[in-house]
Amino acid sequence: MNSWLNFAISSLGFGAIFMYGATGEILTEKAGHLNLGIPGIMCMGGAGGCLALCLVAPLNLPGFLIVLAGIFGAVLFGMLTGLIYSFLTITLRANQNVTGLALTTFGAGLSRVLFGIKAMNHTTYLKFSRELFRQPFANRTDELQKLGILFFLALVICCVASWVLMRTKVGLRLRSIGENPGTADAVGVNVTKYKYIATLIGAGIAALGGFYSIIDFEASNEAYKNLEEYGWLSVALVIFSLWRPHLAIIGSIAFGFLYRCASQLTTLGGIFSAMTAQPLMKMLPYVVTIIVLIISSISKKRENQPPASLGMPYFREER
Amino acid sequence: MEKNIALSMRNVTKRFGKVVANHNVNLDVYQGEILAILGENGCGKTTLMNMIAGIYFPDEGKIFKDGQEVVIRSPKDAFNLKIGMIHQHFKLVDLFTASENIVLGVDESGRYNIKDVNSQVSQIAEKYGFHIDPHKKIYDMSVSEKQTVEIIKVLYRGADILILDEPTAVLTPQEIDRLFLVLRRMKEDGKSIIIITHKLHEVLSISDRVAILRKGEHIATVDTCDATESSLTEMMVGKKVSLDIDRSEPVNPRPRLEVTGLNCHNAEGVQVLKDISFTANSGEILGIAGIAGSGQKELLEAIAGLQPLDSGEVLFINPKKNKPVTFFHKNMHRVLELNTRDAFTDLTGNPEPFLGKNRGQIRTMINTGNILFKEDEVISLRGLSPLEIRSLGVRLSFVPEDRLGMGLVGNMDITDNMMLRSYRKGRAGFLNRKKPKELAQNIVKELEVATPGVSTPVRRLSGGNVQKILVGREIAFAPKVLMAAYPVRGLDINSSYTIYNLLNKQKKNGVAVIFVGEDLDVLLALCDRIMVINSGRITGFVDARTTTKEEVGLLMTQNHADEEMPSAENDETTEPAAFSENAEETESEPETTDTTADAPEEAEEAVSDDLSPSSQMPEDPDTAVQEDAK
Repeated sequence: MNSWLNFAISSLGFGAIFMYGATGEILTEKAGHLNLGIPGIMCMGGAGGCLALCLVAPLNLPGFLIVLAGIFGAVLFGMLTGLIYSFLTITLRANQNVTGLALTTFGAGLSRVLFGIKAMNHTTYLKFSRELFRQPFANRTDELQKLGILFFLALVICCVASWVLMRTKVGLRLRSIGENPGTADAVGVNVTKYKYIATLIGAGIAALGGFYSIIDFEASNEAYKNLEEYGWLSVALVIFSLWRPHLAIIGSIAFGFLYRCASQLTTLGGIFSAMTAQPLMKMLPYVVTIIVLIISSISKKRENQPPASLGMPYFREER
Repeated sequence: MEKNIALSMRNVTKRFGKVVANHNVNLDVYQGEILAILGENGCGKTTLMNMIAGIYFPDEGKIFKDGQEVVIRSPKDAFNLKIGMIHQHFKLVDLFTASENIVLGVDESGRYNIKDVNSQVSQIAEKYGFHIDPHKKIYDMSVSEKQTVEIIKVLYRGADILILDEPTAVLTPQEIDRLFLVLRRMKEDGKSIIIITHKLHEVLSISDRVAILRKGEHIATVDTCDATESSLTEMMVGKKVSLDIDRSEPVNPRPRLEVTGLNCHNAEGVQVLKDISFTANSGEILGIAGIAGSGQKELLEAIAGLQPLDSGEVLFINPKKNKPVTFFHKNMHRVLELNTRDAFTDLTGNPEPFLGKNRGQIRTMINTGNILFKEDEVISLRGLSPLEIRSLGVRLSFVPEDRLGMGLVGNMDITDNMMLRSYRKGRAGFLNRKKPKELAQNIVKELEVATPGVSTPVRRLSGGNVQKILVGREIAFAPKVLMAAYPVRGLDINSSYTIYNLLNKQKKNGVAVIFVGEDLDVLLALCDRIMVINSGRITGFVDARTTTKEEVGLLMTQNHADEEMPSAENDETTEPAAFSENAEETESEPETTDTTADAPEEAEEAVSDDLSPSSQMPEDPDTAVQEDAK
């Protein structure tokens, strides 16, 4: 296959990691909560999914159940981590930035511990990668093999999230909470319930991104070490896609491409240029995010701004 | 006439901590009537209504709807009981369209179809005579349009009891008339309407019955036809209150602030002031009337040095003629500059007192008080920051609209808020808290601020008390020009009159007062002249003594088809008299004896004693501070 096409497909697959992370974070932010714990949640998701695979491996289950078990494990761990965040910031109204950052440190650390335990055998979980998760292209030798089940699930989740947010009453209520929780409360929307659901579902979706990266896209026993970095890129992608899940699809491809460019430098320009330019290239997605942020700030279009009450806790009786 | 009770409250009590907001309130609302709830600030009107709307839950008592006892635990419960409340601060999502806001929170099964909502909204609007565009985003709407959305939102949910919390506070007279028309139609439709308001004449014109609350208790409910303004006030306050604002004739009005050809843009690039020219005279209250957001805020901010100007000039005329040179004039640079313009004379009338003197001698001459100004000093404020304005000795006080946003710092106590004006003085790096504390104590005492003490964070005080502190601080610095934007917004009758009296006192002291108001009755009763602006343009000047509300209301809304140049000074009623000392009462020049302390700051600190005639207040803290600093 043409090496450029190969490269494009690889960017696509790589971008799906951010697609998960960004979609999860967008849902969370639409409820007015800035969850900087996304990198930690992605790490935990990866660990949870792999752990689940290791646990069900001896049972000889049918393939689809194993896939479901992996997804379930990832989402469960992600949601449990997200639950810490939700409880602290929604019920106890702790500072969202501090809580999120602490959660990232916590999640990244704990996931490394989990990947080190005995039950977690990388040959066990990576075995399922080729057998199950990389279907239907598992037997290809080019980059297309990386576009497995979870890649397509990412696209579906992105589209569904976009549809729910913009076309349903649930989405309308969720957006109203992020904009003006007092208003939502006054018209009878259960603000706390919606916030919990949005942050938990958001965490679950983000967690899948971590799982996808390990089991499908990278399929290596070292993959979990990169997750935190991908988490931050996902948070940046939220800004890049102007809080719209459908734009996150395009954004994730762009991010994947830019980030992938860095690793292709060796083949393009030799080892020396790769060593000097690679860190600079890896910076590109963030640079692009800043440019988008600047443009959207200058344009002053209200629709392109973050949710108005993002980061602010909601007290009903505060005057 | 047979009337069914739609809603009744029995012995409802609500406490917040130790504070009792409502105590044993009994209230009935009939079907197809408009009930006004009247009471001072903090008397529990809104709390009572919030209990019906499900925002708060009563500690004791029962609520009956159509004869059935009901429990309203959340706004949702209230909606299910067909009770809807239109809050004073609109609860709308700015980013959504009218329809999206209206449908938000409605629990209908079935698909969410915004087209159906749009057509239903239009139907409701037609039925009651509203004008609304369902597709318009809230952030593009005027206050009146937003209110319309709020009302339709409640009607869309099928409410038959509507509670309106101060609906008229932000509307023009024409908009109020339109609102009342709609309310009457709803009443004919059998809906019960509860309206909370401060404005007595509105109560009398719209309501069928009036319920009066005082200090959380229900005093009485009377039929509106049996009530008069004074009887209602008496019940509300608990004692007889004079409702007349006493307005004296301006004494020796002299131009104090001349604004010519002001143009300015706001941050969004919209032209907010267009060719504004006017003169504010000493000893006179100049009212500014206009629909909210017509440029009032920008105008005052432009004068105060907070808003950059595109063009135009702001001149402050400092009545300095034959006054000794003090204050900033020890700023030698400025003295020499003024000297080149022959600004000075000495006690003997020598026109060139500094001829052949060196700087040291000039300084000594000024300090001994021998040097006088020849003429009133004209200072251009254009392009200066508030600090520069002050350092030129211009005593300009500004009571901004946003009390806790621009005027005071909510989390700081009263003393600290006093120091916002004066912290730059005092010994290098250290603050002098004594004088501000005395000032704070005086304001609390003289203006009867209800506060546990001067170390209470301002945020915890009620609106009226916050405003007293802000106005108190501003007038304590003996302004020559006092600008007040909506100083009585949200204040009850008693507090409002305190503020009116303070402004009147300043006027008598020869201050040029600029009063931006929203209640036309007050503007007509308090001001001497009224300048009407509409979308950043002056649409007319009227004599407040002879004009009518209708005339002003018309000017507020008229289009600019007739580009009539403002005829600023033609309603001057008093002949310009010889310059007299009267207008100068507030001036208390510091008798500074030291020479080296940094002088430019002195001017604004001269505390006028009109705030405390009994004067516990330091007569001249400035001097004192200077002495401390030595």
